[in-house]
Amino acid sequence: MAEVTMRVWRGDASGGDFENYTLTRNEGEVVLDVIHRIQATEAPDLACRWNCKAGKCGSCSAEINGKPSLMCMTRLDELPEGPITVTPMKTFPIIRDLVTDVSFNFEMAARVPALLPPPMPAEGYRMYQEDVKRSQEFRKCIECFLCQDVCHVIRDHEENKQHYAGPRFFIRYAELEMHPLDTNDRRDLVREDMGLGYCNITKCCTEVCPEHIKITDNAIIALKERVVDATYDPVAWLGRKIRRRTKKSAAEAAVQPAP
Amino acid sequence: MTTSPYEHHEYDVLIIGAGGAGLRAAIEAKQRGLKVGIITKSLLGKAHTVMAEGGMAAAMGNVYDEDNWMVHFRDTMRGGKMLNNYRMAELHAKESPERVMELEQWGALFDRTKDGKILQRDFGGHRYARLAHVGDRTGLELIRTLQQKVVSMGTDVFMECKVLKLVHDSSGRIAGCVAYWRASGEFVTFSAKAIILATGGVGKSWKFTSNSWESTGDGHAMALWAGAQLIDMECIQFHPTGMVWPLSVRGLLVTEGVRGDGGVLRNSEGERFMFRYVADMFRAETAESEEEGDRWYDDHTAGRRPPELLPRDEVARAINAEVKAGRGSPHGGVYLDIGSRRSAEFIRRRLPSMYHQFMELAGVDITREAMEIGPTCHYAMGGVKVDADTAATAVAGLFAAGEVAGGMHGANRLGGNSLSDLVVFGRRAGMGAAEYVEGGQGPSDFDMAEAEAAVAEALAPFERTEGENPYDIQRDLQEMMQANVGIIRTGAEIEAAIEQLEEFSERVKNIAVKGGRAYNPGWNLATDLPSMISVSKCVSLGARERKESRGGHTREDFPKADAEYGKYNFAHSMTGDHWAAEITTEKSPLLEIPQELATLLEEAK
Repeated sequence: MAEVTMRVWRGDASGGDFENYTLTRNEGEVVLDVIHRIQATEAPDLACRWNCKAGKCGSCSAEINGKPSLMCMTRLDELPEGPITVTPMKTFPIIRDLVTDVSFNFEMAARVPALLPPPMPAEGYRMYQEDVKRSQEFRKCIECFLCQDVCHVIRDHEENKQHYAGPRFFIRYAELEMHPLDTNDRRDLVREDMGLGYCNITKCCTEVCPEHIKITDNAIIALKERVVDATYDPVAWLGRKIRRRTKKSAAEAAVQPAP
Repeated sequence: MTTSPYEHHEYDVLIIGAGGAGLRAAIEAKQRGLKVGIITKSLLGKAHTVMAEGGMAAAMGNVYDEDNWMVHFRDTMRGGKMLNNYRMAELHAKESPERVMELEQWGALFDRTKDGKILQRDFGGHRYARLAHVGDRTGLELIRTLQQKVVSMGTDVFMECKVLKLVHDSSGRIAGCVAYWRASGEFVTFSAKAIILATGGVGKSWKFTSNSWESTGDGHAMALWAGAQLIDMECIQFHPTGMVWPLSVRGLLVTEGVRGDGGVLRNSEGERFMFRYVADMFRAETAESEEEGDRWYDDHTAGRRPPELLPRDEVARAINAEVKAGRGSPHGGVYLDIGSRRSAEFIRRRLPSMYHQFMELAGVDITREAMEIGPTCHYAMGGVKVDADTAATAVAGLFAAGEVAGGMHGANRLGGNSLSDLVVFGRRAGMGAAEYVEGGQGPSDFDMAEAEAAVAEALAPFERTEGENPYDIQRDLQEMMQANVGIIRTGAEIEAAIEQLEEFSERVKNIAVKGGRAYNPGWNLATDLPSMISVSKCVSLGARERKESRGGHTREDFPKADAEYGKYNFAHSMTGDHWAAEITTEKSPLLEIPQELATLLEEAK
């Protein structure tokens, strides 16, 4: 019977090494299935995160043969022959084995000024499909943080985490920016504190997104254009002065209570 | 102040579980100005709510004007085979439209009708198109919206923290709980004036399930151990459409939205067999021919609904019968076909994640090929007995909402009623707990000995050098429950299960765990097994007592519903203070339905 060899990184913050596990291969299996079989037999203490096992929760992120991927959506038969290497996400500190400390992302989430809609009419808001669909694309995000993992701004430069939100949060800011109900303006915040300018649109994030969100084209580039407009475009600047402002400034937005 | 040998935190309201119900409860309690904490076994935003696909049911009437709460109430009660707590079904039907709409204040973006309202889709058992949705990822939208709201309010969230046991004060009120951090294995105690259980389901005790590793029934079990009652535990929903192949994804959910959007079920002979399985109760409202059923999708007044959209228990039993009769698919399911009935563009737009799920995991293009599907353990109708209005349990200071609470769905839950249940009763639990706390009824002290006993038991597997692998016990338990207390049950099998569950309790006492305490899944599983076994016992005991077939409980030896059994729930409680102590089961009469609501149910159509 055919076999598969898994090279799994085992260790913690103090260091670690690869361990090899050789198992029989079953038809249709994904990498997470094999990790589970290792847990159930040889190594019940092998740490990995998972929940839905269907590509919907974004828990089982890791690097498979060096590529940031969901273990539950990577079939063995789509990988090349030979041992399969599974390592934890590199951008985040190791907790144990394949589990990393992703709290950076939760800290960034807490810094996002909330949606600030107008009061809701008794019969609910009216919005049109063509107006909601842009933000809906970004709300598909399952927060697997693979885009954060692959982004070289923080992957190779720990110090940038101080002032760089990363692709996951750029799509969040884009989602709010394009949300039909939102009245907050976060453009200065995104430029000054969230480091949008550090992104040089290499599209690595888009390539690894399991939800196939066009992170670079539809979110980051669109957000860059809007931020540039807000800062440097004299016509837009004048227009805002003349017309009634519809969005609040970043400073005001940050202190607005959510409804 | 409580003096604890462990890390210690104090809250007014502590919520265990961060799915839809827990997060909605947190918002409510937090808005009242209370100190609120949330504990979750996973990371925030990963709870099982994220797996809900099709939508949340609310009689907003955006697609069919005729819809209203009274029709929704009727559908829910009939779907539940009248075993429901009527008051929960009433509150749910009345309040869900407002709960859906308020999500948009917090950032949710549902799919729209042409005139800009929230679009609603058809689902089994609902008379009108009623499910607010976002494609087939509605659960993700719900959890992300609530998560973002909770974070924006500055609520404390304890992630990857597993609660072992609830702790009482000296007078028997809830005083808090004891838990451990998964990352470090260090223990932590929480004092709380009130605790809301929002821990979700129990499906992990079956071999083929749509549920994740988290669904081990922790809240069900902890409530039972703490002195609350569990009802309707025998009523387990086997969702008719789970994937059956490849084996590694067997049980994974295929949304009912496939059928709501036009998908049909066929056997190996190509027959749309559901027409042969229409129970008398639903005959008047179900199409008699394929032509009639097909007309209904475009206009609900032009024909009656196709039988593929009967309540889930009916469809699951029919599939089971077809496979047993030898008309199944190669991997032991039947076919779900939408590819021959709708355009590829329509399918990819309406069911994007189903398209990807089959393409990536099974290599099946659902726009061209039929899916192979079969029943999968999906949902526990049963749960902690609560007061409908406040979500209070029999234990002072303990509240429960969402899947862990029982009564709302009776013997069978309609699709789409779960997400709306979470927000309706999550909010009510938040209110109920807040009122309890504001009324000054909190605990007087914290029984640290209770916490220390739980810690000692959790650590015992490290002290054994020889012993069983917890994964072996889990696998055997899942196979045993699947075989003996699965979709179709008999008295002899149930007796066998009850006997074997005692053996499983003994085996847990002999677990040995390898490695250290830091992020050790084997150890984590060892601490989940007591919950899984306690819940399995209640399911089996309820199944033994209910000598009839109703909703999510089918007895081969008692194939018909019996009106007498329709008058009460079976309630389980525990007297001893150890998880393996004896469980007693008694009849608990249903609430009497007031005349004006009863009238809604009598109407036959």
